[in-house]
Amino acid sequence: MSSLIRKEYDIPANDFSRAGEASSNVRKLLTQLGVNPTIIKRTSIAMYEAELNAVIHGNGGKARVEIFEDRIEILVYDEGPGIADIELAMQEGYSTAPDYIREMGFGAGMGLSNIKKNSDKFVIESELNKGTRVYITIYLY
Amino acid sequence: MTVKDFTEQFGYEILTCADKADKTEITGVYICDLLSMAMARVKDGNMWVTVHTNVNIVAVAYLTNAACIVIPENIEVEEITVSKAAEKGIIIIRAPHTSYEICVNYYLKSSELSHG
Repeated sequence: MSSLIRKEYDIPANDFSRAGEASSNVRKLLTQLGVNPTIIKRTSIAMYEAELNAVIHGNGGKARVEIFEDRIEILVYDEGPGIADIELAMQEGYSTAPDYIREMGFGAGMGLSNIKKNSDKFVIESELNKGTRVYITIYLY
Repeated sequence: MTVKDFTEQFGYEILTCADKADKTEITGVYICDLLSMAMARVKDGNMWVTVHTNVNIVAVAYLTNAACIVIPENIEVEEITVSKAAEKGIIIIRAPHTSYEICVNYYLKSSELSHG
């Protein structure tokens, strides 16, 4: 089944004035489509965290958002340094964010677990020096 | 209670989107300076109190559907944050009080309204 709506977004590296723009656009789109507010919130949280990971850790990247009749599929991918130990990265409180990132309120080590909690399906693939791909699926019903 | 009722009562300053203040109801308060925690926990219509003034707070408030951002202790807010909030329709208010005092004020005012 092909998607009803498909959007692509660029996620700029280390540009905090634009960080969260892609998620904000998706939130606006879902609101216009009349999607249930709880689902909009879950999607916003999951996508924001993935987007910010790409900004902070991935040297920027891209997001592809597809809306189907029954679900939203989001892929956030980057060509950054990759994650050495995904299991460790998934642990709440673990973060490799540098101090200047933490000073802005990021780097709590909650990003990936926030994505997992708010998605119906969550897959993360990462390879060192190649990049990271985060797949998020949220069902509309 | 609306954002306007609350700010007027305590003389707090509205930095952005003052025109929305009388139409925006406050449903509760959440205080946290970790953005991921706030993303996960701020409920629709909550006032979110944070000492961060960098531009990222606007996206968090927008995505969580917060009633407003409250900056305590008269901390200076960055210009880029003010302009981004105005663009996104996010109300930022600034208070001379600490986060704790802001919460107490909200609690007292909302109890007064509910008990007459």
